[in-house]
Amino acid sequence: MATRGSTTSSPATRLPFARTVRGRMSAARRREALQGYLYISPWIVGYLLFVAGPLFASLYYSFTYYPFLANPSWIGLQNYATAFFKDRIFWLSVWRTVLWAITTVPLGIAGSFFAALLLNRSIRLKTVWRVLFFLPSLTPEVAAALLWMWILQPDIGVVNSTLKAWFGINGPQWFASPSSAFPSLVIISLWTGIGSIRMLIFLAGLQGVPQELYDASMVDGVNWWQKIRHVTLPMISPTILLNLVLGIIGSLQVFGLAFVTTAGGPAYATYFFALHLYQTTFRSFDMGYGSALAWFLFTVILVLTLVQISFSRRWVYYAGDAGN
Amino acid sequence: MQVTRNRSFSANAMYRTRTRIGNTLLFLFTAFLALGFMFPFLWGISSSLKTGFEVLSYPPSLLPKVPQWYNYVEAWTSADLGRFFWNSTVVTGVSLIGQVASSFIVAYGFSRFRFPGRDMLFILCLSGLMMPVYVTIIPLFTMFIALGWINTFRPLIVPTYFGSAFAIFLLRQFIMSIPTELDESALIDGASRWTILIRIIMPNCQPALATVAIVGFMSSWNAFLGPLIFLDSVKKYTLPLGLWFLKGTIDDVFPRDHLLMAGAMITTLPVLIIFFFAQNYFIKGIVMSGIKG
Repeated sequence: MATRGSTTSSPATRLPFARTVRGRMSAARRREALQGYLYISPWIVGYLLFVAGPLFASLYYSFTYYPFLANPSWIGLQNYATAFFKDRIFWLSVWRTVLWAITTVPLGIAGSFFAALLLNRSIRLKTVWRVLFFLPSLTPEVAAALLWMWILQPDIGVVNSTLKAWFGINGPQWFASPSSAFPSLVIISLWTGIGSIRMLIFLAGLQGVPQELYDASMVDGVNWWQKIRHVTLPMISPTILLNLVLGIIGSLQVFGLAFVTTAGGPAYATYFFALHLYQTTFRSFDMGYGSALAWFLFTVILVLTLVQISFSRRWVYYAGDAGN
Repeated sequence: MQVTRNRSFSANAMYRTRTRIGNTLLFLFTAFLALGFMFPFLWGISSSLKTGFEVLSYPPSLLPKVPQWYNYVEAWTSADLGRFFWNSTVVTGVSLIGQVASSFIVAYGFSRFRFPGRDMLFILCLSGLMMPVYVTIIPLFTMFIALGWINTFRPLIVPTYFGSAFAIFLLRQFIMSIPTELDESALIDGASRWTILIRIIMPNCQPALATVAIVGFMSSWNAFLGPLIFLDSVKKYTLPLGLWFLKGTIDDVFPRDHLLMAGAMITTLPVLIIFFFAQNYFIKGIVMSGIKG
């Protein structure tokens, strides 16, 4: 996805004596390769210790019964069978998480896109607005959660008291009611997500759209939406793909916001998959089952990412490298 | 002839007035949105300066009658946020140094050397971006128990010393945009690869290094799940965890919402300060690394 324009053609390949002995590396190249391995060795060691090792360990655990402080014992596919056919909370949490992804990702991406579009125009104090839009995304998740819980406090919060005083409406119970807890979390997620790095990436993308294309479209007399639809969107479609892929990966892992504000409630209204995983693993200490849940999530993310990348050929336009 | 010119002139003037009105509307709209984005902060600051009873009054007042700056002192001392702040500073500071340095070295290896399997290893590195934390955190938890690292800062610090996938990716992209001619002439002059990294690549990489440092700072400072799992005692809690803990201690008998808001501000402020100092570098780093897909 993000690796295009990779391998540099290094000067040594152009030197006539680079391949004196066929099939064997020259001493200089072997030295270069050794140095290369040396420089990336911290990552290799870290990857084996903290990524690859744990990854396979948790795959193994997912086939075991593994209570805390005991040894894992092999039970085959039983954890997966429990998840799919017995654990009703599992499907509930999957559904909540899917709902979360299909609301926050499109809304967030569209929000960031329009914010970038707005901030890309020549407005007075442009840099000030950029910073102000960006600030919410810097707020630590827990702090953002607390701020919004306070603002949306049902009895004395500023939103509900204003609704009451100005319009005579009794505001919703927000985090305290099953029907409004989920939308409340969506609000926090949009507040921190719209002006985020995603918006900056869109801004960078917008600045890469050649002015000639806009000039040409002006000559054709198109309106602003046609300009966006037929010039801007195709030109920044790689950026949209990147944000879509990263957005979905992130949204399926949502944890902290819900854990701090609602702890999954009320009545499981915000009980996301990661909360189920956390409860299973670190509260009930059923680590085998927790590993199976983790691998289920990983598989879903992997499949979704591959599907998006393969479907992207239909709608993503790469200017300048058509055959790639 | 005269008529057409006149007509085009007036159309032009109309167009200009229209764009001027449009620009003003755009300006007002943007300012309105920006104010909306800032409102939670402003409300949080205002609430954090009210007294414990003022903060619970209905309807809420926009501003405190007398700003209670002492609330911050109280949050810092009696609510123990000072200790959490110090813990966060240690964890973030120590892990940031390791993360930036190691990612930089690894990115240099990936971008300036040719060796068999390089591109495959790099894809493996990128795949780390896609991996949910949950798929590794359970074995890491058992591993850290076995090592006796639970309830220490080590699980939060040590892994960062092996580079982060995002930082390696961003720095590699950036290093590849630096022309190799400089490296080559330095090599001919007998400079070592390490000297080239320090003397040539590093000075040219400052925006990217600043970006990576800010992102690393934020992910460490804001981290919640890791500290939640690896830290046991409240004394060791980092700020986000401490805030969560403080929230749990609030009850109706003893209103502390104003302290909670002060805590939220104390947690957010360092991120804002660092961003203000580095924002030019940061935005340049994102734009110049060419992340677009």
